[in-house]
Order: sequence, then structure tokens, then C-alpha cells
Amino acid sequence: MSPSLVLIQLLSGLAHAMVLFLIASGLSLIFGVTRIVNFAHGSFYMLAAYLTYTLAATLPLGAAAFYVAVLLAAASVGLAGLGVEVALLRRVYRAPELYQLLLTFALVLVVADVVKLFWGSENLTGPAAPGLAGSVEIAGQLFPTYDLALIGLGPLVAAGLWWLFYRTRWGVLIRAATQDREMVAVLGVDQARLFTSVFVLGSFLAGLGGALQVPRQALTNVMDASIITEAFVVVVVGGMGSVPGALLAAALIGVIDAFGVLVLPRASLVVPFVVMAVVLIVRPWGLLGRPEVQQRTAGGAIVTAGTVRVPPRWLAAVLAALIAVPPFLPTFHVWVLVEILAFALFAASLHLLMGTGGMVSFGHAASFGLGAYGAALLVTWTKAPMLLAFAAAPLAAAVGAALYGYFCVRLSSIYFAMLTLAFAQIAFAIVHQWYDVTGGDNGLLGIWPAAWLAGPLAYYYLALTACGGGIALLARIGRAPFGLTLRAARDHARRAETVGINIRLHQWTAFVVAGFFGGVAGGTFAFLKGSVFPNLLAVPMSVEPLVMVLLGGVQAPAGAPVGAAIYKLLDTVATRYTEYWQLVLGAILILLVLAFPRGILGVVGDRRA
Amino acid sequence: MPEPLLRVVDVRKAFGGVRAVDGVSFDLARGEIRALIGPNGAGKSTFFNILAGLLRADDGAVAYRGEEILGLAPHAIWRRGVSRTFQITATFATLSALENVQVARLSHTRRSRALLRPAGGLEVERSLALLAQVGLAEQSGRPAGVLAYGDLKKLELAIALANDPELLLLDEPTAGMAPAERGALMALTASIARERTLTVLFTEHDMDVVFTVAERVMVLHQGRVIAEGAPDTVRADPEVQAVYLGEAAWAT
Ligand SMILES: Nc1ncnc2c1ncn2[C@@H]1O[C@H](COP(=O)(O)OP(=O)(O)O)[C@@H](O)[C@H]1O
Ligand SMILES: [Mg+2]
Repeated sequence: MSPSLVLIQLLSGLAHAMVLFLIASGLSLIFGVTRIVNFAHGSFYMLAAYLTYTLAATLPLGAAAFYVAVLLAAASVGLAGLGVEVALLRRVYRAPELYQLLLTFALVLVVADVVKLFWGSENLTGPAAPGLAGSVEIAGQLFPTYDLALIGLGPLVAAGLWWLFYRTRWGVLIRAATQDREMVAVLGVDQARLFTSVFVLGSFLAGLGGALQVPRQALTNVMDASIITEAFVVVVVGGMGSVPGALLAAALIGVIDAFGVLVLPRASLVVPFVVMAVVLIVRPWGLLGRPEVQQRTAGGAIVTAGTVRVPPRWLAAVLAALIAVPPFLPTFHVWVLVEILAFALFAASLHLLMGTGGMVSFGHAASFGLGAYGAALLVTWTKAPMLLAFAAAPLAAAVGAALYGYFCVRLSSIYFAMLTLAFAQIAFAIVHQWYDVTGGDNGLLGIWPAAWLAGPLAYYYLALTACGGGIALLARIGRAPFGLTLRAARDHARRAETVGINIRLHQWTAFVVAGFFGGVAGGTFAFLKGSVFPNLLAVPMSVEPLVMVLLGGVQAPAGAPVGAAIYKLLDTVATRYTEYWQLVLGAILILLVLAFPRGILGVVGDRRA
Repeated sequence: MPEPLLRVVDVRKAFGGVRAVDGVSFDLARGEIRALIGPNGAGKSTFFNILAGLLRADDGAVAYRGEEILGLAPHAIWRRGVSRTFQITATFATLSALENVQVARLSHTRRSRALLRPAGGLEVERSLALLAQVGLAEQSGRPAGVLAYGDLKKLELAIALANDPELLLLDEPTAGMAPAERGALMALTASIARERTLTVLFTEHDMDVVFTVAERVMVLHQGRVIAEGAPDTVRADPEVQAVYLGEAAWAT
């Protein structure tokens, strides 16, 4: 690589880093103060990009139109943030905090379809920035003027934020709140207004990032998903709540990305996540963050009330129906039931971690995907008989979970969540880029059940046995001394340690058990679809079981299957009847969260108590 | 002279510049009930945390039954028979009082990791007996999170007794309780201790409680033991009086 090429690559990495910084600093700020893990942050970014596209084309302002459009788009998104915070998030601040995460996920769905509705699914190419359209020659190479301008803008924004935080009373409060939220409450500050203002500023920054991205990149329907994971990486590497950290980490990740593509094209996806995993393992609070004053679980106390149990009569009735009814159902419905069973077990396995154990995983897709790929690879490369491959699925997932769980259980709260995300993304990147073995994004095809199990009913009963049995075992584990002890460690770690419990070992075991059953679910799913693709390990696949658990109710072990059934049914019906199923699903999720702010069984349980 | 149950030699712990525990040494005989008193910030809780393995000492040695325990993990120390309660009550909030004790009993009998047997029927009798012993029989089904403060203190005691400990470390076991309740709880603790020949080291601000229950008293001031002996001797010690001067009724 010639020195001039290195320089150009470095500069283009930095230009991307500046956009990344804008987005990540907003995300970091929102998390630091409100503890909301805002999945919708990427959606705000995307929305602003599309708004800029339209405004720049319609404002009759000549060359200034683009620049006015950028500001207007960012401001509109800031306003949207205001609306979201006041109308939605504020209503659930008193619920276990993860329910806010559920709302932001619903928003992701809604915004994705709103964008599709107004702008279509075709990629759009935005205008160039007037006055900055050409290139300049740097060391004998051409470099876009606009990118150069961005590199200059980033530090300016950082300086502005610095002024805001260190030179205004508002900034002092923000910094105090990031360090210790209870303290600010004690100081008699109006928390609601503080939260709102932070959410607006954070959304504005996301919007600004999206708007400025327009001249650099085609606008696509999936730009929300690609930016949000990258922004999470930056936030974690820099340190949650630290704006200088976000700047440093954005530069680091931007540059690593730029060179990764050149040096290790086949491993480029994996590099940022390896960086994140290493930072989390070595220095969990990030490069410039500070260790937390109090330890907390991601989004505060997850389970705040006793376990809600469903009466055995109901369970017996459901089981009887699951055995007796399917022969009378149309084939399509039987297939839907199989999928629901797989996801019910998948969600139930996550519940062991997050409900019983208080460990919120953002990477549970890893177990599902490792199970599915474990089986599929065995079938593809060794022509293993189906049942053998099916049995290998949970083993593959459990071995994987044992490996990365070893590191994860050393961390707590949001850091645990982010490390699970990092490992899931690493697994995703490996599967996605290791074409020779995994087929990359072509996936692996022809993963069919043995002939005698291939019919819908036969496969259904296999799935019922495997997944229903798995759910029953998980429920039993939750009630066993192991589960009781796990709940004790969740409620009070120090107390648990001082009654002789080796917490890490216990949590690690839970991690492996959850991985095992997630693998059963993945194996069931692979043979249902006859194929596996890398998206089985992607972020949405980690978020879905999270949504299901929350929807059903974290404090109810039966909540996970209930949530899975409701979510999958809504999903299936919505996709069947409308192109805009995400909009419908998102809207319904929002209504459900507002109606059942502790999950459906959680609220039902409260009423009965 | 028989070997002491606990021998503490020159234990030190500093937080930044603050020497919270500054060279503490003493022996604790088997079966003794000793109070560790001292003003707020004297280093009592820090010292307890070191003994329980929750904090790492900077220096020193602690032999329990002749074996070094400094540096062991909290769960390992508890397994050897050292149990403790916390100044700020520490219980499992969403678990019932009974389950709180069961968790500790299951751990003691090494069944915490049993995956498939329902826990509901295990260790119930012993746990209920412990709850009854501290006067919580009626509350056994209620979640710890909704118990009254005094009941939480009792629950902590029941949890601490669950491993049939030999050494009980109680950090302000009666803090926050009504005066009448305090005396009763400590009298109960003392009678349990005598019945089981437990060794007890407790911190306490209520001097009436200290002087009725403790056989010996040890005074900690700025991380150092400044006096140790029979209650009356310690009470008469001029240095002790100087430390407590101005602190009304020795209680803070
Ligand atoms: N985790 C800690 N970090 C810093 N200083 C501490 C910490 N814990 C205790 N201290 C300090 O150590 C000293 C002793 O505190 P502590 O052991 O709680 O005293 P006591 O229990 O006798 O009231 C105090 O000055 C306290 O501020
Ligand atoms: Mg104390």
C-alpha cells in the first residue's frame, strides 16, 4: 500500500467517523442520562436522511436549499424525539426500564414502514452539497471535498457539545445525572424535563448525522439497521455517556473500518466487534467512560415483583389443545404453529437468563444461529442423518455459549448485554463471510427432515416434543434449587455470595443451559425452513425473543411462550394482509406496552394478587 | 491457652488516602460474644467486609480455626462456617421469607446447583424452624420486599444461621429498630448463640444493648483498636471516653 493511499484511506475513515460520532454521541447521551437503550436512534438517522433528500429538492432556495434542508431535517427529527419522549416513553418510566426498550423497538418498525410508505423501497441518490461537490487533490490522489468538510465539522460539533456540558448549568446536571441518577433526583431537579431535553438533543444529533450522510451514500430502507449496531459499538468502546469517548471511538472504528476493508476484506465485518469485545473484557466501562457508581442490570431492576405462575389447569388445557387440534388445521397453520413452538422455546431460554437470572442478553441469536448452523453444517458436510444433526444443534449452541459466556458473566448490566451482542455479531460475521464453509449469504440449502418426519403433522409433533419438552424442562429448572438460587443472585448479589453461592459459576451454567435450549429452537427452525441463512444470527434475531419475553411479562416464566405466540401471530397475520406489516406490528406493540406496562402475564398477575 | 477461633494480625485497608482499617490485631476465643464499637466511619463495616471476603485487605493475616482465610472468595469463607449480616439489610426481595432461608440452606447442603428437582419441598422444615426461632414464622410466605424493617433484620439473622455457623459477624444487627425491639432481638441472638455455642462479633451503637449482651468490648477508632476488655473496664477507659466525648449517649 502506497503512503498516499494510506493517507486517503485514513481520511475517508475519518469522514465516516464524523457521521458516526454525531450519531453515537446522541445515543451515548440518551443512555447515560435516561438509561434507555434507544434502538430507534438509527431510525431517526434514516428519517432525517430521507427528509433532507426531499427538502433539498423542494425548497426554492437555490444553492442554500441543501444546507437549510440539513438543519430542518435534523430539527424535525429532534421534534419527533420530543413527541416520542413525551407521548410514549414517559408513560412507562415507572415500569421495569426495559419496557422503554420495547417501545423503541416498536418505533423502529413503525419508522421503517413510514419511510417505505413515503419514499418507496428503491435506493435513492441524494444531491451533492452545493459548493463542496468536487474533489481536491491530496498527495496525488483525489479526495471528495465534502468528506474533507465533514472532517472539519466533527471537531466543531464536539467543541459545541463540550461547551454545552462544561459551561452551562444544564450541562452540569447532565454530567451529574450520567454519573449518578439518584443524586440528581435528590437535588430536586425536574427529572422529566431533563430527560426530555436530553432525548431531544440526542435525536437531533442522530438527525444531523443522517442529514449529512445524504451526499455520501445512497439512501436505503436498511440504513437504520446498519448504523445502529455500529453506533452501539462506538458508544461501548468510547464509554457509555462519554461524548469525548464517542469521538475517540468513532475515529478509531471509522479508521479500522476503512483499513479493514483493504487489509482483511474477508474479515472486515468482524473487526469492529472484536475490538468491542476486547474493550469490554479488558476495560468494561470503555476507553473514556467511568465505572458505574452502582451496579445495575441493563435498564435497571428487571424483575421487581414475585414470580407469577399460571395455574396448572390452564397449562393442561393448552397442552391438550396443542396435541389434539393440529390434525384438523390447514397445513399452513400447522407450519405457523411449528414456528411459534420454536420461538416459544427460544424466548423461554432467554427468559432463564433475563427473567430468572437478571442477565439481559442482546445476543441470544447466537444460540439460535449456532444451533441451526450446527445442524445444517453437519448435514451439508458429513451427510449426517437428520436426527443426529438435530441432536447436534443444542450441543453446538451450548459449546458456543460456554465459550463466550465465560467472558460475559464476568460483566454485569449493560456491559453484559453489549458483550453478548459483540459475540453474536462475531458469529454472524464469521458465518456471513466464510463462504467456503457456510455459503456466506447464500446460506445452506437442502436441510430437510428425514422422510418419515417431513410431513407437516409428523414434523409438528417432533417440534412439539422437542420445543414443548424444552419449555417444560426450562420451567422445571426455574423452580429447582438452581433457579431459586439464580433468582437470589439476581435480587442481591452480595447476599448471595455470602451464603456460599459462586455467582459466576451459577450464571455461567445458566448461560450454557439457555444456549442449549436456544440451540434446540434453532435446530427445529432449520429443518422447518430447509435452509439456514446468516440472518439467523443477526441483531433482529436477538431482539425478537427480547420483545417476546417483555411482551409476555418478565416475571412470569410462562410469559415467554405467550409473548412468542402473540408476537408471531401478529407478525404472520400482518405480513399476510398488508405490505406495511411493520407499521401494523409496531403500532400494536406500542399499544400493548402502554396497556400492559409489565407484560401481559405480569399485569394479569398483579391484578390477581 | 486453647487456640482462638479467630486470630487477626495487623489487617490494613486504605481507600485512597483514608486508612479505614489501620493495623487491627486481636484474638477471638471460641464461644465468646464480643462487641466491636466505635464512632461512624471508624472502619467497622470495612473490617467485616474484609473478614467475609467482600473486600481485599492491603495487608495482614486472618486465621480462622488455624487456617488463613484472607483472600478467599466470600462463598469459600462462608463454607468454612463464617456467616454475616449486613448493616444495610440484604435479603432477596422477590423471594418469600421462607425461600430466602431455603436458598441459604440449599447452598449449605450443596444442592444449589440441582437442576431438575423442585425446590419447593426441600429444606422446608429446617428453614421454617429457623424462621420460627427468630420470630418470623407468620411471615414465611411473604416476599422479603414487603416485610417491615425489623422483620428484615430478623430474616437476615435467620439467613445467617442457615449454615450452622461457628462464627457470626453481625454488622449493626439492630440499626433502625425501635429501642424496645433492639434489646429483645439481641437477647434472642445471645440466647441462640449460647445454645449453639456460637462465637459472635457484632457492631452496635446502642450502648445499653452492648453492655447487656457483650462479654467483651473492643473499641475501634480511625481504623485502630484503642481498647479491649470487659465492658466496665472499657467504659472507664479515658481514651475511649475522649473518643466518644460529645457524641450523645455514644449513639450516632
Ligand atoms: N468503598 C469505599 N470507598 C472509599 N471509602 C470508603 C469505602 N468504604 C468505606 N470507606 C471509608 O472508610 C472509612 C470507614 O468506613 P466504615 O467501615 O463504613 O465505618 P463504620 O462501619 O465503622 O461506620 C470511612 O471513612 C469511609 O468513608
Ligand atoms: Mg458501618
